[in-house]
Parts: sequence; C-alpha cells; structure tokens
Amino acid sequence: MHLSVGLAQISPRLGLFPENFQLHLERIHQARDAGADLVIFPELSLTGYILQDLVSDLAINPADSIHLQPLLDECREIDCIFGFVEESDDFKYYNSAAYVSKGRIQHIHRKLYLPTYGMFDEMRFFAMGEKLRTVKTVFGPLGLLICEDLWHPSTLFLHAQDGAGIVVTISSSPGRGIRGDKSFQTSQGWESLLKTMSQFYTVYNIYVNRAGTEDGAYFPGGSMVVDPNGEIVSQSTSSGDDLIFAELDSAEIRRARLQTPVLRDERLELTLRELTRIISQRSNFDKND
Amino acid sequence: MRLNCPLVVKVLEHFIRDELRKSGFEKIVVGLSGGIDSAVSCFLAARSLGASNVYAVMMPYQTSSQESLSDANAVVETLQVNNEMIEITPIVDGYFGSRAKSKHLRRGNVMARARMIVLFDKSMQYEALVLGTSNKTELLLGYGTLYGDMASAINPIGDLYKTDVFTLARYLKVPKSILDKKPTADLWEGQSDEDELGFTYAAVDKLLHELIDQRFSHQALLQRGFNKDFVNKVLNKIRNSQFKRRGPVICKVSPRSVNHDFHYLRDWGM
Repeated sequence: MHLSVGLAQISPRLGLFPENFQLHLERIHQARDAGADLVIFPELSLTGYILQDLVSDLAINPADSIHLQPLLDECREIDCIFGFVEESDDFKYYNSAAYVSKGRIQHIHRKLYLPTYGMFDEMRFFAMGEKLRTVKTVFGPLGLLICEDLWHPSTLFLHAQDGAGIVVTISSSPGRGIRGDKSFQTSQGWESLLKTMSQFYTVYNIYVNRAGTEDGAYFPGGSMVVDPNGEIVSQSTSSGDDLIFAELDSAEIRRARLQTPVLRDERLELTLRELTRIISQRSNFDKND
Repeated sequence: MRLNCPLVVKVLEHFIRDELRKSGFEKIVVGLSGGIDSAVSCFLAARSLGASNVYAVMMPYQTSSQESLSDANAVVETLQVNNEMIEITPIVDGYFGSRAKSKHLRRGNVMARARMIVLFDKSMQYEALVLGTSNKTELLLGYGTLYGDMASAINPIGDLYKTDVFTLARYLKVPKSILDKKPTADLWEGQSDEDELGFTYAAVDKLLHELIDQRFSHQALLQRGFNKDFVNKVLNKIRNSQFKRRGPVICKVSPRSVNHDFHYLRDWGM
C-alpha cells in the first residue's frame, strides 16, 4: 500500500456554506493536481465550528441532498474526507465526517465524544454517534475519528483491533495555554498524544486541524502525519491556511509491528471480561445504601 | 507562569487582522491613555495592520496628569500612527455644570463614558472598529467602568493578566517611562490602582492564575499559602462584579429569549 495524502488545513467561515463549499472544491483540485490519492479537511469544514443554533440551519441529510453533488463529482480520481452537520432521517443532528471515493459517500463517522465543558457545548446541539467502524479503502481499512474522540484511547484501540493501519482524526481544536515554550499547550498535547498513540497501536495517525478565528477562539492548525514508530513525517509549520502532503507506506506499518508486536499480543477477552465486571459493579447499588 | 511572548504576539496580531477583516473593516481606533494597557494594544494594532490603519485618540480631562499625555505621545512617536487629542473636559463639565461637588467616582465614571462616546463616534468617522484595552485582571475584579473603558468591538488583551501585559510590553519595547510607572486610571489626582485595590498586581495575578486558570479550590489556595482575608476579598470582588461581564438581565417569558436561548456567535455570518 502506498498513499499520497493532502492535509487541507483551511479556515472555514462560520455559517457561510457556499464560500466554504467553493474552498473545498479549490483544495480538492489542488490536491488532485499535486498527485494526492486522498485529501482531508478539518472537523465541520463545510460549516465552521461554534455553530450553536446554526446547527439545524446548516444540516444536510446525505440521502437526499443535491447540495453535495458538485463536491462528490470532484472525487472520482481522488478520495476525500470532510466535516459537516448531518441530519438523520429522524431529525437528529450529528457532528459527522464523510469518506468520499469514486464520486460517492462510502462511509460516515458520527462523532462519539461530544465535549461539553469549559468553552465547549456540543452535547447541547448534537446527538452522540453510536458506532465505530473502519472504512474499506484501497489503502486498507481506515479509521475515522473527530477531535475529542482521540482523547479517548479506546477509540483508537478499537480501530486498530478492527484492522486499521491508518487512522484519520479531523478536528477544530482551539489553542489554549500560553505559558512555557514552543506552541500552545493544547498543540503540544495533540503532538504528544499522536506520537504516543501511533506507537501504542503501531498505526499511521493523520491529524488535520483547522485555522482561523471564531469570536476570539483561535485555531492554530498544526496538522501532521505521524508514522507507526511515533515519528512525525509531515507537519504544517503554519498556524494559518495550509496544504501539506505526506507519503504513507504499509511497509512502515509492517516494520513497526515486527519491532513492537503489541497489537498481536493484546488480550481482548481479558479486557472485555474486566470491562463487563466494572460496568456491572458500577450499576449495582451499594448494599449499605 | 512564564508567558510565551512570541506566540502571544503572533496570535493576537492574527486575531486583530482576522476579526477586523471578517467584520468588513480595515482600521481601528484606540483610546491612548499613556498607560500600559492601551500602549500594548496600540503596539499590537500597529504591527498587525500598519500604522496608517491605526487612529490613536488621546482624551485628557483637565485633571489628567501631564505625564499621561507625554507617555501617550511617546507611543505615537514610536509607532507613527494617526493621532489626535480631544479634551473631554467640555463634555464632562458640560454635564455636571455648576454641580462642582460631585464625588470622585461619579466624575470618574462620566469621564470613562465620555471617552467611550468619543471613541465610538471616531469609529464611525474613520470607518474603524474600537479596540478594547481592558486586561483580564481588571475584567475579573470589576475594576473598570461599565459601558466606559469596558466598551469596545474587539479586545486583544482581554485574556492577559496585568502582569502578562507588562511582560508583553517589555517584549514589544514599549517606551520605558510607561514600563516604569505605577498603574493608574488617572481619574483623579494621585489615584493608584494598587492603592485602590488594596493589593499589588503581582499578588493578585498569582492568585487569579491559580484560582481561575488552574481551578484550585478555595481550600487548596489557603493550603498553598494565600492569606485568608486576601482570598476572600478577591473572591468577593469577582462575584460582585459579574454583572459587569454580562449583558443586562432580561425577564424570560417566551419560549425563546435573546439572553437565554438565542445562541449565535457575534461572528455569525462573518
């Protein structure tokens, strides 16, 4: 497997769907012209992030939306991952990521973990996703995650156990923490997380974060690709709009797993047994109550 | 607590450019008091937009110190921004008239609001946005005038503590006379922030950073060595000034009210 990937670190305009849509078409063209096999956009790339009551206005039900067709048409010779607000048949709204290939949406990941603390309020407006599945691609099974999902290691654990050699996390993560050196504390956190997770699960991690501002929330980009040994192979040096590329090779996954066969040695039944016990204990009332 | 100055400057300059561009503006207007907050705000604006897009307005009252004005001029000279001086004495005295014996605080608030009137009018005249200069310490403690100096369109230093503003000022090479002088609102002679507050910025910023940013509990703060009365005093100031950080209270009687459940960002459609 060899994959040439483009990371489209864009700055979506809040609620301005047509402008954002146009920007997607431009970046897809650019990535395709540069020979990429796959181009990836950030979380909620079609809409902007801090949507609040705009969620219902901007929602798309992929089953009956012609609005997406021009974008899908651009993805016959290049695959694409983008973020959008999905409306289900029963009128629930999801923070979703679509995988497009051969002009069709092949898979949708609905964000599982919706941050609702501090400056975040996603659970007020979105429903939680209920499934975690890899998507079959010509590059092998690929795992999709959205932002907060990655801060629950269980998601990457499941994707890796499900056969994913590549995991893509798209995000709209604002920068926080300006004490110390280098970048935002949050940017350093992401880098540390991605490098560690790549090693733990011997997978490629692709991370695409957005740029721009929304009501003073500042998105510092920092998109990167980390190889299965935990090494950064490509990283945006811009905190603004950027388009970076990376080459991924399954030979690197093979090498990492030969050196560190933690995936092979993982004991799923043990984990399941103990998890079942913990869940059961939590739901039993204390006998002394 | 070491501030990452290069990062902060980069982010704040981007913020000023981005929020301005989104609103459809290219210029800002800023009240230059001669103090460190407005100096830093002005430096950031000039660096991100270019001096020709910055309009500095000096607005002394008859009792304002000469030092304030010369310090403001030092900023103007360094940055070469557009500048003008508009005395607010006629506005303030015109209102108070012969009621000469009004309390310091009343006059001080009227002065702050008179400056707001001037800045927002200048904003219209120059097709510019008003740049705020309130820092995080004064916003949390409520040490500012509602609809006075607290009023602005965009505020780049609103998430920086006073001591952070000093650190940034040194990094940006703000004129030394401003770096060295005691902070004052200069609303009456001899006024000093720290005398009025009853503690130093160094002391309160350390407490605020641990209380607000790092979320240590009241108990934990006492264990970490902060004085009990000092902590209580600061907690009271924060709580009692929450009204300054929120819009007016609206009585909710409908299913969807502008204050409670009409959730849109200011950047909506920008």
